[in-house]
Amino acid sequence: MDRRDSLKSMILGSMAVGLTLESCVNTTAPEIIEEKIWKYTYGRTPKEAVFDQELMLEQFFEESELQTIKTLANIILPPNEHGTVEQAGVVDFIEFMVKDVPEFQVKIRGGLMWLNNTCNSKFNTSFVNCTEAQQKEILDSIAFPVMEVDEQVQEIQFFSLMRNLVLTGYFTSEVGIKELDYKGNMPNVWDGVPQEVLDDHGLSYDAEWLTKCMDPNNRDEVAQWDDEGNLIT
Amino acid sequence: MQIIESQKIYDVIIVGSGAGGGMATKVLADAGLKVAVMEAGPFFDPANPEQRTQLKWPYESPRRGAGTQRDFGEFDMAYGGWNIEGEPYNNIGDTKFDWFRSRMLGGRTNHWGRISLRFGPNDFKAKDRDGLGENWPIGYDDVKPYYDKVDKLIGIFGSNEKRVNDPDGFFLPAPKPRLHELYYIKGAKKSNVDVIPSRLSILTKRINNDRGVCFFCGQCNRSCSVYADFSSGSCLIFPAQKNGGQVDLYVNSMVSEVTIDDNGKANGVKYINKEDRQLYKIKGKIVVLAASACSSARILLNSKSEKFPNGLGNSSGLIGKYLHDSTGTDRAVFVPELMNRKRYNEDGVGGLHVYSPWWLDNKKLDFPRGYHIEIWGGMGMPGYGTGFDANGLNKYLGLTVGGYGNGLREDVKKFYGSVIGMSGRGESIARKENYCEIDPTTVDEFGIPVLRFNYQWSDFERKQAKHMHETFEEIGHNMGGVVLGDAPGKDQNYGLLNPGRIIHEVGTTRMGSDPKTSVVNEFERLHDVENVFVVDAGPFVSQADKNPTWTILALAWRTSDYIIEELKKQNL
Repeated sequence: MDRRDSLKSMILGSMAVGLTLESCVNTTAPEIIEEKIWKYTYGRTPKEAVFDQELMLEQFFEESELQTIKTLANIILPPNEHGTVEQAGVVDFIEFMVKDVPEFQVKIRGGLMWLNNTCNSKFNTSFVNCTEAQQKEILDSIAFPVMEVDEQVQEIQFFSLMRNLVLTGYFTSEVGIKELDYKGNMPNVWDGVPQEVLDDHGLSYDAEWLTKCMDPNNRDEVAQWDDEGNLIT
Repeated sequence: MQIIESQKIYDVIIVGSGAGGGMATKVLADAGLKVAVMEAGPFFDPANPEQRTQLKWPYESPRRGAGTQRDFGEFDMAYGGWNIEGEPYNNIGDTKFDWFRSRMLGGRTNHWGRISLRFGPNDFKAKDRDGLGENWPIGYDDVKPYYDKVDKLIGIFGSNEKRVNDPDGFFLPAPKPRLHELYYIKGAKKSNVDVIPSRLSILTKRINNDRGVCFFCGQCNRSCSVYADFSSGSCLIFPAQKNGGQVDLYVNSMVSEVTIDDNGKANGVKYINKEDRQLYKIKGKIVVLAASACSSARILLNSKSEKFPNGLGNSSGLIGKYLHDSTGTDRAVFVPELMNRKRYNEDGVGGLHVYSPWWLDNKKLDFPRGYHIEIWGGMGMPGYGTGFDANGLNKYLGLTVGGYGNGLREDVKKFYGSVIGMSGRGESIARKENYCEIDPTTVDEFGIPVLRFNYQWSDFERKQAKHMHETFEEIGHNMGGVVLGDAPGKDQNYGLLNPGRIIHEVGTTRMGSDPKTSVVNEFERLHDVENVFVVDAGPFVSQADKNPTWTILALAWRTSDYIIEELKKQNL
């Protein structure tokens, strides 16, 4: 059995015993289950895998709500040459997170309602159907936390939460990490801060300290010490 | 329900597979003994691709690394956490003790910080200096040979500094400091706070041909798939098996009690197999408890019999008492000079490259015992939370906070890697009034009575935390930073975290020469039962401001050697 098959049998095996999941399995097309199961592989225990599958097969937001989230996300982070909220999977991520953190559900659903109610009162149409200028007029009133108070009003809290989720969704995506220009998460040999960076910051390594540091050239030789604890290889 | 009894008789049954259990397994199996290792969680091997999280990107998960399933983020390698479904614990009164458990082969060693500090000569005899707590019945010289052996067997990087209470050892070379750590060094020097290379059990250099060498992904908390960090499974239990050792692993096996014969000697353990939920019994000539300080106390207290009505080994009434955790509080500093950083890979090892060991003399201070400072920061891998409050730091620059639009992209990039954190980790005083005990009102899903905790910090710990924040503020200013937030006041215990939060809980089966005032002797053997040993942090008389793992390992080795010697003399 290859890894894919064994993982699959593990997950499906656990699914078979989860009664709560049965209804989802019955009503979701097999190819969708297949896609949702295989999109992610990230070292889950069987119990965790079943939990995540349940969340992925549930749908919290209605189509119109997802549309509003998408519109809002694109105003918070408009597309540019680095990447878009679509490429970063931001809407799917938010849909998942409200099931993973149920406290988000009413805050976001209620916030979306507030947004539409406000647009309807003011412009006689829903948020997604407002002009960009109208959308921004509303957002300008909720996008800036009031520094002088400890607790922000609901609509400002809602917008801050959406901004947090959109930005974290973006900067944890493949395009977002590339834009941030994070260089790690791959095998390498750490040999200190690059000289030009040290120069920029007016810093240097202490010569005595460096004598205690790793030499990248002999680190594959098996370590040996003298009786005093001095490394001799 | 019938107990299912195995006829096989083991030389030793080891309960728990973390640091202490792993070391006992390695030493006892290498000596040719037949060993059973009981683990309450599943089998785990960091090299298994189905369990591995190392080198995964946040977008490989639908929650992008959030901590909703695992407390330290979903890529963290601890199956368990502060709360485990079906395995509750309770607090007495207004106690807020938090108990972290990891149910898997290797236990908490799979995700820990690898900070591996020897206790110093003063730490074993702290009462001599301030009259508080109790001295250990053993001293540094008793443990030093074992610390040396642990260094060489498992591998630790660091440096010999000739500091009296932070003893030298057999170190692998240290990784060079990162940029934010150079800022810390600069600030700490101005504040007259010592800084030296950190001491972490990570292989910066090859130690043998069975384990790989660190490739600097900075993810030791995910447990290393090439075994370049210390995890008990990969560094002790697997090598013991590979060495031809007779080691039977009983996974998903929750030990409920130690059983005794008519003479009051232990003859095995009872456990529940989590898969079929049946009660089993296995037999052994010696029982070594290594389930963690509180879990081992729980097992002993639940091992009641006519001969031991208060629990096994509890004639002193002290099992569970003197529970103590490290003190801890943290602070972050924004360093404007670290804005708009040039990008390069500075993942380094998983954790700090430098730290400040305790540097002051308590005679001039209003609290006893010391603390060390751990440093964090840098351009780490983004995860859930990256981009939260994207431009909140703008308030220190006189710029607008909040808003929307592509300026936010620039804000996130501008502030990436510009915050440095400091964590103080200090020594608390062990007190009899802080304890865990069996809660007769509650059982876990296996029907085993659970623990309840009673724990209050004293002014000693509160004043220490206050001092930590004063130090953080001074160092923060001296490295050119803006210390974030206000110093927590008296109403917040000066920021002192809840007991248990540092996950250094120790002391519940404390060591001593007098059976009236201690539970185990200097070889971690129960005073009351000659063939039961405790090799986790339960026997710690005090915990120093040092992380306990290296001392757990050294003492477990010393105890295992003692067991082998006693067996040779046919004393067991």
